[in-house]
Amino acid sequence: MTEQSSQNRFVSQPRRVREDRRFVAGKGRFVADIDIPGTLHVAFVAGTYAAARIESIDTSAALDMPGVVDIVTGDQLAAEIAPLMNGLDTPKVRRYPLAVGDVRYAGEWVCAVVAESREQAEDAADLVRVRYAKRDFVLDAEEALTREAPVVHPDHGSNVLLDKTFVWGGVEEDFDRSDEKLSLRVTWGRNSTVPIETFGVVAKWDPWERILDVWASIQMPKYADQIARALGLPGNGVRVHYDVDVGGSYGVKRGIKHTVLAGFFARRLGRPIRLIEDRIENMRAGDAHGPERIFDIDVAFNRDGTVRSMKMRALDNAGAYAGRAPFQLGKPIGAIVGPYRINSVQYHALSVTTNKTVEEAVRGFGQSPTNYAIETMMDRVAAHLGMDRLELRRRNLIRKEQFPYLIPSGTTYDSGDYHTVIDKVLLHADYDALVAERDRLRAEGQCAGIGIAACLEPSGGNSSFEPLLNEKNRTSTWMESVRINVDATGAVIVAIHTTSAGQGHETLAATVVGERLQIDPDAIRIVRPDSLESLPGNSPVGSRMAIMLGGAAARAADTLRAQILQIASHVSGIAEEKLTYREAAVHGPDGVVMDWAEIVDVTHRRFHDLPEGMSPGLSAQHILQVPTGTALPKDGKVQMYPCFSFEFHLVLIAFDPILAKPEIRRYVIGHDCGTVINPHIVRGMTLGGIAHGIGAALLEEFAYDDDGQLQTQSFLDYLMPSSHEVPNVEIVHHCTPSPHTEFGQKGSGESGYLGAPAAISGAIHDAIASRGITLDKLPIRMSAISDAIAAADAVQKKGIDV
Amino acid sequence: MLAHDPEARVLAGGQTLMPMLAMRLSRPSMLVDITRLDELRGIDVASDGVAVGAATVQAHALRSSDIASEVPLLAKALPNVGHPPTRARGTIGGSIAHGDPSAEIALVAALLQAEIVFREGDNDVSFKAEEFFIGPMVTMAPMGGCLTRVVFPKRPEGRVGTGFQEVASRRSDYAFASAAAQVVLDDDGECLSLCIGVGSVGDFPVRCDVDAAGSRLTDDEVRGIVEDALTDLETVEDLHATAAYRRRAAAELARRVVREARDEALEGSK
Amino acid sequence: MKVELKVNGRASEVDVEPRKSLLDCLRDDLDLKATHAGCEHGVCGACTVIIDGQAVRSCLVLAVQGDGLDIRTAEGLTDCAGELDIVQDAFCDTHGLQCGYCTSGMILAAHALLLENQAPTQDDIRDAISGNICRCTGYGQIIEAVELAADRLRQRNARPDEALSAERGMA
Ligand SMILES: Cc1cc2nc3c(=O)[nH]c(=O)nc-3n(C[C@@H](O)[C@H](O)[C@H](O)COP(=O)(O)OP(=O)(O)OC[C@H]3O[C@@H](n4cnc5c(N)ncnc54)[C@H](O)[C@@H]3O)c2cc1C
Ligand code: FES
Ligand code: FES
Repeated sequence: MTEQSSQNRFVSQPRRVREDRRFVAGKGRFVADIDIPGTLHVAFVAGTYAAARIESIDTSAALDMPGVVDIVTGDQLAAEIAPLMNGLDTPKVRRYPLAVGDVRYAGEWVCAVVAESREQAEDAADLVRVRYAKRDFVLDAEEALTREAPVVHPDHGSNVLLDKTFVWGGVEEDFDRSDEKLSLRVTWGRNSTVPIETFGVVAKWDPWERILDVWASIQMPKYADQIARALGLPGNGVRVHYDVDVGGSYGVKRGIKHTVLAGFFARRLGRPIRLIEDRIENMRAGDAHGPERIFDIDVAFNRDGTVRSMKMRALDNAGAYAGRAPFQLGKPIGAIVGPYRINSVQYHALSVTTNKTVEEAVRGFGQSPTNYAIETMMDRVAAHLGMDRLELRRRNLIRKEQFPYLIPSGTTYDSGDYHTVIDKVLLHADYDALVAERDRLRAEGQCAGIGIAACLEPSGGNSSFEPLLNEKNRTSTWMESVRINVDATGAVIVAIHTTSAGQGHETLAATVVGERLQIDPDAIRIVRPDSLESLPGNSPVGSRMAIMLGGAAARAADTLRAQILQIASHVSGIAEEKLTYREAAVHGPDGVVMDWAEIVDVTHRRFHDLPEGMSPGLSAQHILQVPTGTALPKDGKVQMYPCFSFEFHLVLIAFDPILAKPEIRRYVIGHDCGTVINPHIVRGMTLGGIAHGIGAALLEEFAYDDDGQLQTQSFLDYLMPSSHEVPNVEIVHHCTPSPHTEFGQKGSGESGYLGAPAAISGAIHDAIASRGITLDKLPIRMSAISDAIAAADAVQKKGIDV
Repeated sequence: MLAHDPEARVLAGGQTLMPMLAMRLSRPSMLVDITRLDELRGIDVASDGVAVGAATVQAHALRSSDIASEVPLLAKALPNVGHPPTRARGTIGGSIAHGDPSAEIALVAALLQAEIVFREGDNDVSFKAEEFFIGPMVTMAPMGGCLTRVVFPKRPEGRVGTGFQEVASRRSDYAFASAAAQVVLDDDGECLSLCIGVGSVGDFPVRCDVDAAGSRLTDDEVRGIVEDALTDLETVEDLHATAAYRRRAAAELARRVVREARDEALEGSK
Repeated sequence: MKVELKVNGRASEVDVEPRKSLLDCLRDDLDLKATHAGCEHGVCGACTVIIDGQAVRSCLVLAVQGDGLDIRTAEGLTDCAGELDIVQDAFCDTHGLQCGYCTSGMILAAHALLLENQAPTQDDIRDAISGNICRCTGYGQIIEAVELAADRLRQRNARPDEALSAERGMA
């Protein structure tokens, strides 16, 4: 397959990304750019307390303000729409776009004000008077589990949304038979992807056609269905326009509550509605925080370094409502042993409600926190045994010849060559020299450490964690579709059925179709029909588009080629086996050629030359199901994702023991995502993911104060890495093609982010290891490092003094 | 205008005030834009000091050769103030008037004992920088007054060296701790005068009195000097940095800036 | 309040509320959508425009303050529809973007740097774009784009679109 990929003309070539042209010219079409005359604007009254009963809402002064058209409270809204969809089987955890009865987190939307301009709506919102009766609240996930804790949804009976334990293999036996055991706890802090564009939606109701048009900054499966359900419309009464550019998402752009509200007002008022979050609304009440997770791990291993078994409890703080977010405890099951041969696993997935902002899907869907936990565990095991961290990993990594490899939780990994990737990285980085450099820095009085992380990116975006965590859910596959049409002039049009947020789907589809039809991808037109004209799809989540959109495009092109060969055979009277498709033409023996123009002519005009039964026109479509993705879970096991990319991070960090500002001196990543379709795109994803991981490891947190107020609601406090904080990153490529995909491609949309936090944390720990301290919560703040060092040094000094 | 309307505010570069308006944290009845007032802009070198007009933008001061030669500490501090685009609009006066405890310009003003001049009605009222800053975003600014200029003392005669350093989790952010120093050495390399300032750690920038005359400012001596100077330093805690961290970081930075200033003074006169 | 704004070399009179930011005015009143809102409190840089040759955040300038200033947006980088200038083209070459939301601001920040500094080091570039947050790229391919653009400009002995500089704007 590696050989085959080198024969590709367009796939794997460093061709320009076609979308870039419109963006560099400032001609992207983002939701905020959509101006419809007569549009009304929405602003919100935000709840002031972490938990409170809403006693009364007085909107009279606000209604008198200039430009104000309408004001709706949660109670009024709840009477007219259905609750938003719940992923888990928790029907009593009802969620509406506005707070109903109670405010459950600080900043939650209590009331929506509609006015002729956003400023007028904001001015009026300031005048709405809400009387609250404060309630007890709970912020901490462990506290939420206790009996005494205030219950966020009293009807539900407790704060527990999900409590499921899986045992795969002989865990207790393996623990009994192992030489050594150790326990650790690590905590992944609450952060998110925080795109630079906030979420926004424009909705317009046509009362004669009875259709709701929606333009949104969205990345979400089943978006149109969910809107229709909440608003009580038939599915074909909602039309989502996919030709809206999304200004970054990485998972979180799922403004279902915003959209339902905008749709509601559009119908009620008969005017187009625009709801675009401002930054504070986005941070506080956009319901787009990422996982916040405590991992408790027991691990059993032998003295030779063989890790035999692991018990992991993952406790996730879902925030005030359920949504889809708790499923983020499910995806990691598909790679629960990471790249290692761990014989048995016990996994306890716990999700609780608290009085914090609602959690949403974030890049990796729970995989990055889990990788951080597993890699920290591996470092601790190595330290416990006094074994080199690389050596320990090498011993436990799945070997190349062991693929396909079945892990205890029921997933078979497709392919990989982890040892070679690591060797290539060490060679590239000159590992011995890197160690010497670390030691030189230490000799200068700096804290210096090397971090490593080996981890997987499950890709291909299936959703079998849904039935695994909720038996009532019977979803087994998540399709994606492409349609190709060749018009009467011979031009090729490829339809894709989703929005994009910078992943380059137009380039992907054009490259793949160009490759298979052997025509210049730049000559292909890509279109995005709206949701009513679209074939079924599930949007770009779960690192799936190279596999799923790429796969659907390739197969649709193959179908088209087959049709072309059939026609050529019919017209020329030569058997199909003797014909070949080459350079957009069909070649037969003795120099017979039927070129593209002629094929088009036959299909569009010369119906009499078509094989019997063949429809006129030249078009094909393919609806691809996830390779390996059709089974429901059995005995708590399921094949989760089809393809597994591998990455290995190596990083050198140094800092002054007092100022403790970690400076990344060297960052090398080895990356194997199978066949790369566009090198620029894969590189960008990886670099961007690492930057994002640096933020999660060192800087970013949605932190709450003791009153339950979000402390980091502006960009002054929620700190995303700038160009100063992200180092040059060296990427070492390797290609182990996947046997499940058209070109051997795997996913890369989450790469970098999945291992960077683990590697950075590892490097910091290597730097402070001599002091015997650990910092087990992300983000690791400078002041925490410095304070811990100072405390350790003080103890040591005292020891010497004594 | 300002004098008559208590709710009116001066708008200078807007780099602080505009975000407050956008977040609805401040709602002045009226904004008085001073960016176009020529008399508030520009840098004047006179015998008694360097007067910087309040509306002079930070980028302009950073490029000014007068500032580089006559107020070298300010020149060193300015690249730490925000980013190029914020310096293109943000003013020297706006930073002083706002009184953020982390403001680099305020720290330099305090350390150098600059004179801060307000126009109140028809009168000029002036303050010593050290006394001007009294709390986080709280200053002695007269109600309804307009800051017109900040007069920095000229660089002293002799072998002068300066140092400025700060630490933040992102380089261009408001610092967790910042320190500045200016030293004058005699021909032998002995210290004639040394002043140290620390910002970002407490409610306002502080100028620490140090008596280092006659010292050679060896690294060991610097350690002692800084320890003495910062004994009474009060530090605050927030989400991003503990009070203990700020105290240690301030001391470390203070040591570094004194050494930097010493080396520069020695170097410059070679 | 009426103001005359000179944007991309063209003067137009707009009637705006005194509290309206230049960012909103460009987008709503002048229909120039290339300038984006990311935070509206001065941190992200998505709203960067060039004023009198310098990169400035348009969310922190009031529209009424724009009177008489030479304002440039991404729309003004080329004269001809469908064309790209050297910096834009370099961003395409290195794929210095993904979602494109920060891109106009990045490209203008790069322009402002290249107007002042024809041979920027990597540190100069990092500093010049440090006030522009990009969440997609991790900056690597953006820095490469600016290096490439600087290189090409030097080879052609040109400055980036000279119309952007204040001197030319006033001439
Ligand atoms: C992203 C970002 C990063 C920043 N980083 C830093 C940093 O690291 N360090 C730092 O020090 N600053 C930083 N700042 C703020 C700095 O850029 C501002 O320039 C400065 O704090 C205020 O100056 P200004 O001219 O913009 O004042 P404005 O915002 O216009 O005004 C600030 C306040 O001062 C008052 N005021 C202004 N001028 C006068 C006057 N002449 N008389 C009376 N009152 C007056 C105003 O009424 C207002 O209350 C940052 C800003 C941003 C947006
Ligand atoms: S929108 Fe202006 S800096 Fe973010
Ligand atoms: S390209 Fe998406 S934020 Fe920069």
